[in-house]
Amino acid sequence: MLPYLLLVPAVILELLIHIVPMLVGIGISFLKLTQFYIANWRQAPNAGLANYRYALDFNSAAGKQLLHSFFVTIIFTVIVLVVSWTFGMAAAVFTQRPFPGRGIVRTIFLIPYALPVFASVITWNFMLQRDNGAVNHVLVDQLHLAGGDRPFWLIGQNSFYSLVIVEVWRTWPFAFLMLTAGMQSISQDLYEAAGLDGAGVWAQFRGVTLPMLRPVNRVLLLVLFLWTFNDFTTPFTLFGKGAPHQADIISMHIYQNSFVTWNFGTGSAMSVLLLIFLLVVTGGYLRLAKSGSNDA
Amino acid sequence: MREPMWFKWTRAIGLAVLALFALIPVWVMVTSALKPLADVQERFTWWPSHLSAKPFVEMWKTIPLADYFVNSLVVSTVASIASVVVALLAAYSLSRYRFRGRQAFSVVVLSTQMFPGILFLLPLYVIFVNLGNTTGLQLYGSRTGLIVTYMTFTLPFAIWMLAGYLDSVPRELDEAAKVDGCGPLGAFMRVVIPAAMPGIVAVLIYAFMTAWGEVLFASVLTDDSTRTLAVGLQGYATQNNVYWNQIMAAALTVSVPIVVGFLVLQRYLVAGMTAGSVK
Repeated sequence: MLPYLLLVPAVILELLIHIVPMLVGIGISFLKLTQFYIANWRQAPNAGLANYRYALDFNSAAGKQLLHSFFVTIIFTVIVLVVSWTFGMAAAVFTQRPFPGRGIVRTIFLIPYALPVFASVITWNFMLQRDNGAVNHVLVDQLHLAGGDRPFWLIGQNSFYSLVIVEVWRTWPFAFLMLTAGMQSISQDLYEAAGLDGAGVWAQFRGVTLPMLRPVNRVLLLVLFLWTFNDFTTPFTLFGKGAPHQADIISMHIYQNSFVTWNFGTGSAMSVLLLIFLLVVTGGYLRLAKSGSNDA
Repeated sequence: MREPMWFKWTRAIGLAVLALFALIPVWVMVTSALKPLADVQERFTWWPSHLSAKPFVEMWKTIPLADYFVNSLVVSTVASIASVVVALLAAYSLSRYRFRGRQAFSVVVLSTQMFPGILFLLPLYVIFVNLGNTTGLQLYGSRTGLIVTYMTFTLPFAIWMLAGYLDSVPRELDEAAKVDGCGPLGAFMRVVIPAAMPGIVAVLIYAFMTAWGEVLFASVLTDDSTRTLAVGLQGYATQNNVYWNQIMAAALTVSVPIVVGFLVLQRYLVAGMTAGSVK
């Protein structure tokens, strides 16, 4: 009996904040829940599948925008994932062996992760300002690039690159942290044995470090994918309530569709579609990872 | 092993570039916080030409920063402590007992971690508003609503990390305590908790940081009187003037305690993460 009793508080909270809202959310996605009905949602008229048809009608403006937002998010996630992992891995390998100043370097690398997101991203927002920002100061005033024009970084096509850079800045230290932690459990003997066999730095990385980090990487890549794909805080702090079209990633898109236009039915339908997508991707990934580990 | 020259050079350059990338925003934040308003409205300069401490004084007046600070402090403190207590109980159960539904519980709790926050936000908002209308229980716009939400938010990761930590506390310790006449609760309180203290501290920091930096739910579930720093800081930009120096001063002020706490205790956090992930 005791093991169940110990779980009761956790179960109640999970039910209250996660499970029940999720079920309610699925329910709402079948309702025509606009701002008139929010205070009394049981009176909202039934919409059947209309919200889903609205979101998935790729001939209409709404459907096209959702599809656009979905692809922007995919590209954004893939770039951020690859770059963050590469930076994190490089930093972890470079700091694997002791050298003077290693502790300081590691601490510096963790600062972007330790800073509260809203505080650091608002600083990036300042840096990316057109007239008084640091980025244009470097590019235009100091390096004389861009032909004398001061480009905008928070609207237009550049806003996508800005979002990628800021997201990488705040994500790669986490990859570094996880990979560093994983490397600490690799036995030094393995490197010595490889060294005796004549393996150089690169061969040791390929032959010892990468294979030994496989369990960490398996978790890390999934976590990075989900965090980046679902991230809201960075674009919201960088752009405000409405993201530019070119950087309109999915969580911002749904937020905009729900709280700016007050149409909760379609917002919920989009959330449910997003959930299904994430379930399929995660399920497929875990299955692949499992069969991969059986082969190894 | 001897490191070849090319590796040493690549390492030096790579580390320098990454350190620069990590630190530039910090430099901008610190120096801009010390500039007079005119200097942050004109062309950016890497070195402040005049130093001014005024932004740190005026930032409290432009927006009700102190109120936001108190809100953030209360919400983050209560939510993180409560979350650790709840997670500790669950983690102890998962680590020490084998029972039906154990696997299912872990899977369900951990999988909520992968769902987008927006999925819970809309229904939670609707539930809070309707609960207030029908029962008078004010969760929308209250600190309580935010605390309960944040507690649950950090629960999956907290349970996962603590269960990993408790697994590393030998069961023999519990048994020895029971032989000495402690009940299961006594063994838990007097033996397991002290042994798992580094893990508990790590989870506490993680939960506090998460609550302190959360924006999505705070932007919807709070009103003017319960607004937290994460949302409130945007207030400097909606005035007629954008007080960039005050924004940077405020951002710096709300970051320092978090960064210092994190850096002091990073060892525990790293150890806690590996306890959960590397098995």
